[in-house]
Parts: sequence; C-alpha cells; structure tokens
Amino acid sequence: MNIEDFPYEIVIGLEVHVQLASQSKLFCGCSTRFGSPANSQICPVCSGQPGVLPVLNRTAVAYAVRMALATNCEIRKRSRFARKNYFYPDLPKGYQVSQFDEPIAEHGSVEVYLDDTPRKIALTRIHMEEDAGKNIHLGGSQFSLVDLNRAGIPLIEIVSEPDIRSPAEAAEYMRSIRAIVRATGISDGNMEEGSLRCDANISLRQKGCETLGSRTEIKNVNSFRFVEKALEYEARRQADLLDRGERIVQETRLFDADRGVTSSMRSKEDADDYRYFPDPDLPPVLVDDEMLEAARQAVPELPIARRRRFVEQLGLSHYDAKELTKERELADYFESVLKAGAKAKPTANWMLSELLSQVDDARNLPDAIVKPQALAELLSMIEAGKISGKIAKTIWPKMWESGHSAKAIAEEENLFQQSDEKALMKEIDSILQKNDDKVQEYRGGKEKLFGFFVGQVMRATQGKANPQLVNQLLKARLDQS
Amino acid sequence: MNTATKVTDLNTSELLQNIRQKTLSATEATKAYLDRIDSLNTQLNAYLYLNHELALENAASIDKRLAAGDDPGPLAGLPIAAKDIFVTKDLPTSCASKILADYQACYDATAIDRLRRAGAVILGKTNMDEFAMGSSNENSGYGAGRNPWDLERVPGGSSGGSAAAVAARLCSVALGTDTGGSIRQPASLCGVVGMKPTYGRVSRYGVIAFASSLDQVGPLAKDVEGCAAVMEAIAGHDPRDATSLPHEPGAYLQACNSGIKGKRIGIPKEYFVDGLQSDVREAVDSAIDTLKSLGAEPIEISLPHTRYAVATYYLICTAEASSNLARYEGVRYGKRDLEATDLTQMYRQTRQLGFGPEVKRRIMLGTFALSAGYYDAYYAKAQRVRTLIRRDFDDAFKQCDLIVTPTSPTPAFPLGEKTADPLQMYLADIFTISCNLAGLPGISLGCGFTADELPIGLQILAKPLAEEDLFAAAAAYQHATDWHLRCPEMAR
Repeated sequence: MNIEDFPYEIVIGLEVHVQLASQSKLFCGCSTRFGSPANSQICPVCSGQPGVLPVLNRTAVAYAVRMALATNCEIRKRSRFARKNYFYPDLPKGYQVSQFDEPIAEHGSVEVYLDDTPRKIALTRIHMEEDAGKNIHLGGSQFSLVDLNRAGIPLIEIVSEPDIRSPAEAAEYMRSIRAIVRATGISDGNMEEGSLRCDANISLRQKGCETLGSRTEIKNVNSFRFVEKALEYEARRQADLLDRGERIVQETRLFDADRGVTSSMRSKEDADDYRYFPDPDLPPVLVDDEMLEAARQAVPELPIARRRRFVEQLGLSHYDAKELTKERELADYFESVLKAGAKAKPTANWMLSELLSQVDDARNLPDAIVKPQALAELLSMIEAGKISGKIAKTIWPKMWESGHSAKAIAEEENLFQQSDEKALMKEIDSILQKNDDKVQEYRGGKEKLFGFFVGQVMRATQGKANPQLVNQLLKARLDQS
Repeated sequence: MNTATKVTDLNTSELLQNIRQKTLSATEATKAYLDRIDSLNTQLNAYLYLNHELALENAASIDKRLAAGDDPGPLAGLPIAAKDIFVTKDLPTSCASKILADYQACYDATAIDRLRRAGAVILGKTNMDEFAMGSSNENSGYGAGRNPWDLERVPGGSSGGSAAAVAARLCSVALGTDTGGSIRQPASLCGVVGMKPTYGRVSRYGVIAFASSLDQVGPLAKDVEGCAAVMEAIAGHDPRDATSLPHEPGAYLQACNSGIKGKRIGIPKEYFVDGLQSDVREAVDSAIDTLKSLGAEPIEISLPHTRYAVATYYLICTAEASSNLARYEGVRYGKRDLEATDLTQMYRQTRQLGFGPEVKRRIMLGTFALSAGYYDAYYAKAQRVRTLIRRDFDDAFKQCDLIVTPTSPTPAFPLGEKTADPLQMYLADIFTISCNLAGLPGISLGCGFTADELPIGLQILAKPLAEEDLFAAAAAYQHATDWHLRCPEMAR
C-alpha cells in the first residue's frame, strides 16, 4: 500500500541540528575546522580539564539570532544556558551545555514547497548548544578512542511542531532549512561533514483524529534521502502494528541506511534523567537592539522568497525556479547573468543544463573561471544569431578550459554563424544539383526530405550556417520551380 | 634588617619592604620559610606538594631582577602558599582527592598567574578538604591537617592547610577559596586573617570548581594588610571567567588606613543565639565595644531568613557539585580503575575508589536535588530562598555600612569530634554561609582567645564590591588590638 493510502494520518516533527559557521568553538578559542587530525583542535576548556570555565562566543549568538529572524521567530532578549548532565566518554565535562527552558528563540515558521504550493511548518524553538566529541571504536581493540575536535563546536537545534505530514515533506522541510542556513551564511549546511543532521519524531493517528498517537524518535539522520526513507519505513512499521491492534512503544530508534530499516535503541523507560539546571558559569545571554539590527541587516532574501520572485516576476517555471534557488551562489550567478543583459528563460535553461555540467558544486561558482558576464555574452550571441545554439555548446567547454570569452573563441576558430545569403545560396544550389533525384521526390510530395537538405547544408558549412536562414532560403528554392 | 628578628615573624608589608630595599633577599626569605616547612610540616600536614628547588629558582630570579634594577612587581619575593584547588603548571594539583592523585595541570589558574606576575614565589600547595567539601580538613584524601595552636584540633576547612601554614609561619600569605566559609572559618580557627571578596571579584579560572555560583578566591595572612596586598594583585576582571566582574579593583592597602569613624555596624540578632559558645560571644561583644570606641556606631539589625541558610546552601552547593565533579570519571586524566571490563564499570569503580565519603555524599545529595520530580521542591526552591536571603542583606545595608558577627560558633574543635555527624559539621559554617549565598565580601580576623589559648574570630561583612570598607574596618580594629601578633607555641 502507498503510504498516502493509509487510514492513518502521519504526524512528523523534526529536530534539526545545524553547525554554526563560526571560526571558533562555542566556549573557547579552538578552531572548528573539519577533518583535522584527532585531538589537534582542543584546549583545556573544551577537553574539560579541572578548573576551566566557558566564555560564550558572541559570533555564534549573532548567527543564532540571524537564523531566528530568518525563520520568523520571537527572540528572547535574555536567554540562558543550562547543563544537560549525562556520562559518555565523548562528553568531556560530564554535561553538555545547552539551552533548556529559556531558549534564544521560539514560535517561528519555515515555508516548505511540496509540489508548487508553499506550506508553513511551525517552529517550537531554536536553541544553542555545544556538540560532543566522537568515540572511535577500533576493530579488535579492547579500547575505544575519543576525538574531542568536535567537542564544543557551536550548534543550533531547530525544533519543529508536529506539523509535517509525510516523509517527503520532512525531507523537503530539511531542504528548506538547509537553504536558509546557507542563504544567511550561518552554516555551510554540509551534510557529509555533519553540519546538518536531524532527529525525527513520528506518530500515526486515525484520519480525522485530533489527539496525537504514541511517537518514536529516529536519531541522527544525516541526509535528505535517509530522512525520507527512515520515516517511510517507520510509518509502515507503525501502521502494521496499529493494523494488528498493537500499541506503539515510545522509544528511540536508529536508522540503518544500508538495510533501510530502523531498530530500537532504548525505550522511554530507560531514558536518562538529564538533571538540567542553569549553568552557573555562564551569565544570561543578552540580545540587545544593536545585535538584532545587525542580524536583520545580515538576513538576505530567503531562497523560498527568491523562488517565488523568479516565478512571479521572471516567468520561470516552478521547477526552474526551485532548482536555481537550491544554492545561493547559483541564484546569485543567475541574477548576475540577467543583470549583464541576458533573458531569464534562456539563461535558466542554459544554467541548469550546461552550467551545472561544468561545476561539481554550485557553491564554488563565485570563484568560477567563467564569470556571469561571459555567459551573458554567449547568450546574447545566440540571441543575435551570431552563433547557433549548437555551436554555443561547443564553445562553452572551451570557455571553461581557457577562460577566454565566447567571442574570442568564435573569432579564433571562425565559428560565427553564416548569414551571408549569397554564400548560402551557392551552397544550397550545389547541394540541390548533386541530389537532383531527391529534389524530384520532394517536389513529388515527399516533404520530409526537407530535413535531409537542411542537414546537408549544415554539414557543408560545418554547422555554421544560420539554420533559420537556411530553412528560409531552402524552402524558397525548392518551392520555386 | 635587624638580625634579631626572624624573617618568618615579619608581617607581609615588612617582608616586602626588606626585599625591595635589598636588606633581605627573596632567596633568603624563601629559604627561611622552606626551612620551617621542613621542620614543622610533618606535624601539621599543611602542605601536600612542595618543590624546594623550583621555589628557590623563582626566588633567585626575583633577586636577579631586583639586582638589575627591574621591578618584579608589588609582591616581589613574597613566599606564598596556594590551596591545592588552584591548578598550577609546575606543581601537581590534587584538590586533596585520590581521584586526582598527582594530577599535573597544563596551565596556571588566573590567580596564580597574577601572583607570579606580581613577583610572588609559590612555595607549595596546601592541604584542604577533598574538593573543598568540609569544615575541618578531615575530609582530605591525604590525611587531616592540624591546628598549630593545638595539634589535636582541626585547623578548620576547607582551606585549613592555608590557614595553618600562615599561623605556623610556613608562608607569609596563602591563597584559599571560600564557598561557604572555607577561608574565614579556618582563618578564625587558626587565628589569622582570611578574606572572601565579592563573588566575581577574583577570577575562578583555574580554580577546581566545587559550587560555581558560590566559590570565590581570597587571601589569608597574618594581618589585614597582608590580605590587602594580595587582593591588589589578584582582583579584577578576567576574560576567561564570564562571571568575573568588570569593575576595577580598589586601593585596598590605602583603605587599611581609612578608619571606621562614623560607620554604622549592624549586629544581626539572629547570629547571637543558642549554640554560640559563651567565650566566643564575649570576645565578639568586646570587639564590638572596641569598634564603638573607634568611632563606629553599632545598631541591631535583623536578617530574618538566616535560619534557612544552611539548608539552602547545602541544596545549591551539592547540586552544582554533582555536575562539576562529573568530569572525574577516568577517561582523560586522573585515576582510572584498570580492572573494569566495561564502560559503566569503569565509571563506577573509578569514582567509587577515587572519591572520599563526604564527596560521594554530596554528589548523591546534589544528584537527588536536581532529579526530575524533585527539582522544583529542592533546587528551584533553594534558589528562591537564596533570593530572600540576599534581600535580607539588601535591606540590612540600608540601615548599616557593615555587619559584624562571630565567624564560627566555636573555636577549633578536636579531631574526630564531628566526623561521625555530618549535620553537626555543616553547622560549623552557620555564620559564614549567608555571605556566599548573597555574594558579599567578608573577612575574619582574630578578636580574642579562649581560656585554653584557642583563637576566636570576628567576621565583618560589607556590601557587594565594598572591599575597601571591609579592609578599613578590619585594619582599624587590628591597629587597636594585638591578637594578630600572638603566635602559636610550636611556631615560636
């Protein structure tokens, strides 16, 4: 059965963890760079030595505030850090510094496009916290190792209301979050490096029922595809249990991406009592008007709004608009090309097919060898009939190889479109002469031979003939007699 | 200097002056104290860690700088002891706990760093109650320290080693920490001056945390001026401690000459009640008379929530401690039980073997106070009462400038007397705890002796950040009396 056809409504809430893009950790000066040798980015503070104290990174707070504004949250002018107490070797202090009952922001929303109509998912809260380190289990060893490079890295946790209604929407919601964090610059949103990951809560209820069913939580999912797959599996599992009249056990589950299944990690009964209390080492976090204003200035047009503008003002299709706004750099590039004089639709088409085949990662576009102006020039050459689209596609990779302009390449390789009527007529006549039999057939009514003649002309001119002109001249000649 | 006077009998100001004028070298001063340590520390168990060579090297480098005409700082050559709660990069730091046996820190606490920069020479690390939890020093993981006035009695706690070291002239001044009286109470029991600054006045960076919202660093010395000199070196904002105050430190030495004329001194009626030993009461009453004769105006005040202070304190300090001590689990440093075969067992065994009974008791109390379902009834309520206690002081300070009380209800008690009854032990801090809950500055100084030669301490409290008032009043009293000049028999 398709999950859409369940007699149940699926109810999903997501807790998305985002690593903030600050240069240093949340409570010390250590670098947040990814991929360094184990324990090379630690100090007495983030390794929990005796006597150390935390000092809050103001940049991280500014980023959290920026995200809160971008998601329409109410910002708490005075929030607090609390200690979440539990033992684990990757947690150096024996507690995680997080926000509990006084988070920095609450009551926001994120717009999600599933199909072509946006839906608002309400946010419960956004809070700041520090990341833990990483345990490394070596096969066959009696010991585990601990890498604390990640310990103390600043995160925000974005908690949604149970407003999400399908696994696909959950994945789309996560894409929206990623688009926002990248547009605002508060995170690189890099999922492979763990900069964006989520815990997903899911429950089922009879359609039309108001109360929520028992939920399960799937921990630490780090890709859009896995979120969707894990939730889909979990929805089916819960539906099966409900169908059989069994009850859902409230528990934490893990998703095994290789097997595509979730399995129980621990039940609610074994849940830790984290003994949260306000961290006495950290004064309340104060957000003043100056900080709010600076954050406001730093929030650009969001991807969803940009997408809407591309559709409504530039006449792009929903698909093109969505694809172009997936990465901020891609949309910026697009708008720069338009600014240099190109038209929206051909630019969008060109970018989504030709441009994306030249770059591995659209986020590197600001450093690309081919600047938006160069693409605009290429597009204008097509538009003006100076080169054909086909020729343009051969020029394009050369622009990426050499960094030369389309014009320079076209000149050097003599690729300009042939629009000289006399010269073209000469070619046409010579071809018609050589293929007199086919000319007779055509005139006898076999009109699809027209394409053959066009092809011959194009071949004779190495593709440079202006195709419209060839059509026009050829038609005139053949229809003469 | 006059060779008839022993170097170790000089007070801090005299010692500093002699070194500065080169009538005494820092090396001679350091050596004099090290010699005394060598002869007396076995009896007193005041020091846990010593490094003679290092101390002498540091002293020699001060002498070298003085000889070259440099200014090594206001505490140039001052031999100082630090409670073993301060992390030091050149001496081990155990916090008197087996779990940190011979732990070597990789950095210096801010207070230690500031003392070094001011030219002080660190002699060693002093004994204390394990993780500063205790009022008698008997909770040390390395044997109880002794009181130099009577070796069968406790020096007080938790900074008992520091107080005993000052009293027995095993250092010129010492650094302690005060969470519920841990500087003032041992100062009182050992007949020295001990000062606890306003919360946030001295950086806590590098001080092994017991109860973060109450812990504060302060000096112990033979006289008020000694404390003032150390305070000038260590007070002030530290960017590494988010709870340290931004205010500039005051001119504490200068304040010692301001007198007490016209100051209204509040006498809280709740402090002069049953349980206060009569000779202590008499000594404090007589000290109040002395203050009056110096121009102060005593008035009776009320601190109505005083009776809730001990309960409030033990909820807050144990809750914070239960979290602060979670990091001692054997993963990264300190003791680890190597017999353990899995993670949970490693945690359990390490902490079982590493912590002493009082520390375990407090971790359990604090864990309970923060547990789901009990948080509101215990921790949250204690915080609300703490606010009421703070308000008591706010109200009182509308009527008076200073508050005067006994420091401890009794003089030094015999070793073992209270160890079987933790509650009796907790009551030893009954007069000192409120000051920490309210974050106020306080000082204890000698105001008499019992019939059997045990020191009695007078406590003075001031408004937040009014350390100058405290020094002025304490110095005025000290200048009019000579209790601080008495020396225990064993140290003569």
